[in-house]
Amino acid sequence: MAKDLNRTLLKKMLYDMMLIRHFEEKAGQMYGLKKIGGFCHLYNGEEAVAVGSVAAIDLSKDYLLTGYRDHGHALACGMDPKAIMAELFGKITGCSRGKGGSMHLFDAEKHFLGGNGIVGAQIPIATGVAFAQKYRNDGGVTLCFFGDGAIHQGAFHESLNMAKIWNLPIVYICENNQWGMGTNFRKVSSVDDFSLLGTAYGIPGKQINGMDVIEVYQEVSKAVEQARHSGLPSLLEARTYRYKGHSMSDPAKYRTKEEVEEYKKQDPILILKEKLLQEGILTEKEYEKYDSQIQAIVDEAVEFAERSEEPALHTMYEDILVE
Amino acid sequence: MPLITYREALNQALDEEMARDESVFLIGEEVGEYNGAYKVSKGLLDKYGPRRVIDTPITELGFTGIGVGAAMAGLRPVVEWMTHNFALLALDQVVNNAAKMRYMSGGQFKLPIVFRGPNGPAEYLASQHSQALQTYWAHVPGLKVVAPATPYDAKGLLKSAIRDDNPVVVLEGELMYAWKGEVPLEEYLVPIGKADVKREGKDVTVVTYSKPLKVVQEAAELLASEGIQVEIVDLRTLRPLDEETVYRSVRKTNRAVVVEESWPVCSVGSYVAWLISKNCFDVLDAQVEMVASEDIPMPYNHTLELAAQPSVAKVVAAVKKVLYLGE
Repeated sequence: MAKDLNRTLLKKMLYDMMLIRHFEEKAGQMYGLKKIGGFCHLYNGEEAVAVGSVAAIDLSKDYLLTGYRDHGHALACGMDPKAIMAELFGKITGCSRGKGGSMHLFDAEKHFLGGNGIVGAQIPIATGVAFAQKYRNDGGVTLCFFGDGAIHQGAFHESLNMAKIWNLPIVYICENNQWGMGTNFRKVSSVDDFSLLGTAYGIPGKQINGMDVIEVYQEVSKAVEQARHSGLPSLLEARTYRYKGHSMSDPAKYRTKEEVEEYKKQDPILILKEKLLQEGILTEKEYEKYDSQIQAIVDEAVEFAERSEEPALHTMYEDILVE
Repeated sequence: MPLITYREALNQALDEEMARDESVFLIGEEVGEYNGAYKVSKGLLDKYGPRRVIDTPITELGFTGIGVGAAMAGLRPVVEWMTHNFALLALDQVVNNAAKMRYMSGGQFKLPIVFRGPNGPAEYLASQHSQALQTYWAHVPGLKVVAPATPYDAKGLLKSAIRDDNPVVVLEGELMYAWKGEVPLEEYLVPIGKADVKREGKDVTVVTYSKPLKVVQEAAELLASEGIQVEIVDLRTLRPLDEETVYRSVRKTNRAVVVEESWPVCSVGSYVAWLISKNCFDVLDAQVEMVASEDIPMPYNHTLELAAQPSVAKVVAAVKKVLYLGE
């Protein structure tokens, strides 16, 4: 099935997932060295969701919003790893001039509208972006990502209702990594299958394998198509898994080592790599080349962040209002 | 100059700005077919259609957030809250998103959005529907907050708010909608951030804003008959504050009373009183006095609810106190 897809796209998806993985590994290290502070939520293990989804949209007219676990989406949208790392370091060269940090990455030009630290707050905002797209009839679609924790917020339910009554071009993607901080989603959810939650609002839902980037790409493509051409919102539940704790301060003692190891066997990068090798789309040599290229990019991002200046004190008074 | 109501003045502002700029739209509960819970949006659905005058379900957090997203994507939403009481459900979207998105993104986004609706005590509505919540908004950097007290200011400030590239909260008043005042036929704007001296006087400065202006004006008339000349400074904008106009007046009168209808703890008025005490210390001939609402939830009983709010008698007493004119 991989061979039915464009080879360049497949390789790009592999590359992007590898970039995210390396970036997150490095971010974790830098956190350990206290170069990064505060809340830092890593995306290791969930790469296929952001990468497969972004491959299905056209960021010249489409938009993407997510919650606080946002490094992967930012990179998938093509944001500069240097600007992201510098932001994590709190430097003036960061994408948000050192004012946002890990949870508040933004790139207006790349149509990446955050990064939001309040669980589920991005859901009405994303719905509003889709509202603007419909208002202008510009053919754009918005992807709205959130976790299994956010799906129980009122903001989710209020938004789906309005997306349906106004036929907004939006795809809601629940990244169910199965643990809302330290709480298993089954313990706090009325249903195990989140795709059902769209039915109360007449919105079609589907569960997909969030560890398989090809499946994510294909399913999100269908949903985007529906949103773009028929103005139909939809809800996807991408079942996935985070390898790290909820944030850097979480040792994740609420789950077993075996559970984590079991999911690592379904690693999205390994799955795609094996598939591409088997089907002769990728060679081991190319893979190694990607790996070393990415290593260099991530090292360069760290070096850039290290080298960059701290923001001058006066900058804390800037960017509050448009003068 | 035509004499029109505060409600009509707001309606004219919305109408003119929607005609002028296609990216302006009105969204909220009952704004369309019902013509607005307080008829501020009367006729706008007929004129601009359902694309630009949007009735929402009762989901304050949801539609306020939709406004924030639409503003980030380049539109100019006017979000009507049926009242500010219900806007508490939307507090997160205003405080954490509208006010901070520009900052958190290092200046990448602008948020040209207006949040408006009636604020402050009305009559016989009890605690949940009769309260003045301006402190919640005025407290937050990243927001602008305006509180017009006359039809003229209401129209001019709402037009400025819609044209502003920042989030602006507009405090209207249920009991003010029927108030009448002169509003010119020709177009005008009232700048955000400029207070207005509503009455000149040499003896005492009374700083106020929003609905209590009327009480203060009546008190000033009464005091004038006793030979006391009150100067009334109407703040009109609560954030950013026009401190200079306040200080200029206090430097002239050497005495100040602050009047507002919110609770006194951590209020806009108590902040203004502190600013005056600090920045006009050398010229003050008396301590700064404050008249606010009583520090209680609003009771339903009419006698009690009136007693809980600023009144002419309370303002007169405060003015006399700073003049050391004991009863």
